[in-house]
Amino acid sequence: MHKEIRFTGFGGQGIIKAGFITGKAACIYDDKHSTLTQSYGPESRGGACSAQLVISSQPVTYPDIIEPDIFISMSQEAYTKYKDNLKSGGVMLIDEDLVKTGKVRTDVKFAKIPATSLAENIGQKVVANIVMLGFMTAVTKVVSKKAMTNAIKTSVPKGTETINLKAFEKGYEYGTKIL
Amino acid sequence: MTEEQIALNHPMDAYLREDRIPHIWCSGCGLGTCLNTFLHALVKSKIDMKKTSIVSGIGCTGRVAGYVKLDSFHTTHGRPIPFATGLKLANPKLKVIVFSGDGDLISIGGNHFIHAARRNVDLTVICVNNFTYGMTGGQGGPTTPITARSATTPFGNFEFPFNLAYLAAGSGAVYVARWTMLDVRRLENSILHALNKKGFTFVEIISPCPTLYGRMNKLGNGLKMIKDYQKNTIINHKVDLKDAALGMDGKIVVGNFVDIQRPTFTEVLYDHIAKPQPNKKEDIPKEERKKIEHHA
Amino acid sequence: MLEVEKPVLTGSHFMNGDNACAEGALAAGCRFFAGYPITPATEVTERMSERLPLVGGVYIQMEDEIASMIAILGASWAGKRSMTATSGPGFSLMMENMGLGIMIETPCVLVNVQRGGPSTGLPTLVGQGDMMQARWGSHGPYEIIALCPSSPQEMFDLTIKAFNLSEEFRTPVLVMADEVVGHMSEKVVIPSPEKIKIHPRLKTKEKPEKYLPFKPNKNLVPPMANAGEGYHIHITGLTHDEKGYPVINAKTQQKLVKRLLDKIRLNRDKIIILEEDNVEGADVVVVSYGISARTAVLPIQQARKEGTKVGLLRLVTVWPFPEERIKALAKKVKAIVVPELNQGQISLVVERCAAGNAKVISVPHMGGETHDPKEILAAIKQAVKK
Repeated sequence: MHKEIRFTGFGGQGIIKAGFITGKAACIYDDKHSTLTQSYGPESRGGACSAQLVISSQPVTYPDIIEPDIFISMSQEAYTKYKDNLKSGGVMLIDEDLVKTGKVRTDVKFAKIPATSLAENIGQKVVANIVMLGFMTAVTKVVSKKAMTNAIKTSVPKGTETINLKAFEKGYEYGTKIL
Repeated sequence: MTEEQIALNHPMDAYLREDRIPHIWCSGCGLGTCLNTFLHALVKSKIDMKKTSIVSGIGCTGRVAGYVKLDSFHTTHGRPIPFATGLKLANPKLKVIVFSGDGDLISIGGNHFIHAARRNVDLTVICVNNFTYGMTGGQGGPTTPITARSATTPFGNFEFPFNLAYLAAGSGAVYVARWTMLDVRRLENSILHALNKKGFTFVEIISPCPTLYGRMNKLGNGLKMIKDYQKNTIINHKVDLKDAALGMDGKIVVGNFVDIQRPTFTEVLYDHIAKPQPNKKEDIPKEERKKIEHHA
Repeated sequence: MLEVEKPVLTGSHFMNGDNACAEGALAAGCRFFAGYPITPATEVTERMSERLPLVGGVYIQMEDEIASMIAILGASWAGKRSMTATSGPGFSLMMENMGLGIMIETPCVLVNVQRGGPSTGLPTLVGQGDMMQARWGSHGPYEIIALCPSSPQEMFDLTIKAFNLSEEFRTPVLVMADEVVGHMSEKVVIPSPEKIKIHPRLKTKEKPEKYLPFKPNKNLVPPMANAGEGYHIHITGLTHDEKGYPVINAKTQQKLVKRLLDKIRLNRDKIIILEEDNVEGADVVVVSYGISARTAVLPIQQARKEGTKVGLLRLVTVWPFPEERIKALAKKVKAIVVPELNQGQISLVVERCAAGNAKVISVPHMGGETHDPKEILAAIKQAVKK
């Protein structure tokens, strides 16, 4: 098993955190190997931001991703920049509140979720990244649900576990329904 | 005591590395007196010599550390203060003294000087100010008075110099004094006070360099320069330090200018260390926490 | 001093290389860190600022990297294990007092998370352009120990190793990481404290009257006395005799500096760590380090699939350089391929050691990203031609 995931959005959305949680779930709780790299610009907020995660049953050598199997986009800029790089037959997940796709590639599996408004419904826009993780877990099964909830519990600030787990469930549920 | 014995012994022998004497300083130089006065103050301070370190940078004054029988550190040019900071913070039981010249502490080491004063690091900093770079041959520097001649200001200096006492006070030193090396009693008392006071304490000693600065500015030999100190020194403890700059008119305002209390860096640092959870993420306001999370 | 949190976080963690480096330092007993914020090493500094106070250690943000480097020397003389971390521009500023640390034989660790240069260059992007600066950047003749981690796990392990080597050989030791390894997160397994080997400081057993602070033992390393222990040590950056007193002549220079060089050179077999994979019997060997050595694995596997006998020799220790090993290797293989994120620094050394016995193919890269594995594959293919 070897999967490459690209998480994208803008600074402040918790994109790198989303990659971190997934990577942690895979290597600490799912007994796989994972390597997370990140790229960001000089801006603290608003700049394009992406996290690259490789999950494998073998130790990861090359840390960068070459052609992702899964592409997650939470910003228009990132969608435009990276959509064509997704492997043919790969999975494309977008936050439909933030990304207008136009004509979608037909050679990939495409799924969308209103992650930001679902997060707002829970009461915290900042957990949109976690909603997206729930969605990703349900749709791709690249990591187990249990591993993800464990990783969330041990990665978010103390006192915010409940809302983050709620956000995860919301996304997971949404993903299960559209399957 | 026979004459021969007088020549062989010095009252401070116990505190000097005799095997490093004779020192390198020129005749007429004030550094010997500065060192001697410092040692008298050190002995009177009753500080545990085993727990005392002396740190110098580079230059004529930078050689002081090497003549004193303490833990002696002769470091790189301009860096005695950050070296001493590491030494002191890593073992707060040590008494740490920095003894160096104006070029070392204020030019190349100027940034370290103001920051150590700002933090109020527990250091006694003694700066011998002779208005020039002695060891390298009498070049101008940040204390060279306007119009003074030096090896690099052959037509007279046109850069404004620093007023060290004013700089130290403005940067946060809790004790600031200035004396000439002629005024050994008052100087000794000031150094003694500085050694026994917590925090960043600063003593500036005006001292003659007859070989270079004196010669280039036709100030006469060492004795003549010291006699001029006697004539031109004005004691004014309460002077507004901005009016205590040193110029070519030779007037030297001296005194114990600043003596205040504020928490020392060792105190605040170890207070911080002793607190079990000074900065846990959950104690941080939400907005701040978001920032941290973003970078996690 | 209080210790409210465990210095050693035993267990499995998903963490980035910079954080793993900080944890390695704490596990090695580091209790003094002086630093200055600089991308991409900032996370080391931030982690230390958060963790050190909780394990009874001192963290201080100095006014610049010059001060940071010399503050850790001061702290080491006060008996603490000390470290600083920086990147290119800060590394340049640290060269001055890295030299002092070498001259006055002060154990400490300097971490350089390399980014693209020269000058401000690429603050957030990778480079390996400081390898020669590590070796020659401070003035005068010196030998240095430099370790190159390839993963967050190695950021942890090699930082501990760096502390141990610094104590064993009484010298500053460099961890020459890079931005990718520093920022990359992976599983890091932290053993229990009793399983972590700590090399204690080599202390003198002499009485103060008899003690010579620079009289070496048979390993060419002088046992140490810290400040405040009643030894009245004399330490100077000037050329000095065994007493530590300045002696400014050619004879003392020869004696002192030769010993400083020899203590690394003659102990190189104890210091050098290499990781070899299928090097015996190979026609081509890729010699690399840090992130570039990891990038090389894919193209090597590909080349093997295509029938080429390729080995990988990873330089875990880059300085002192494993000259003997490369010399021997050059006589057995057709070519040595050296990918690195600079314009060919280590490849120059490989070339000198190969001495014409094998073709040396540099695979330079200006930095800003890792090599495209295809570039390395092309170099391997070129190497086996003819």
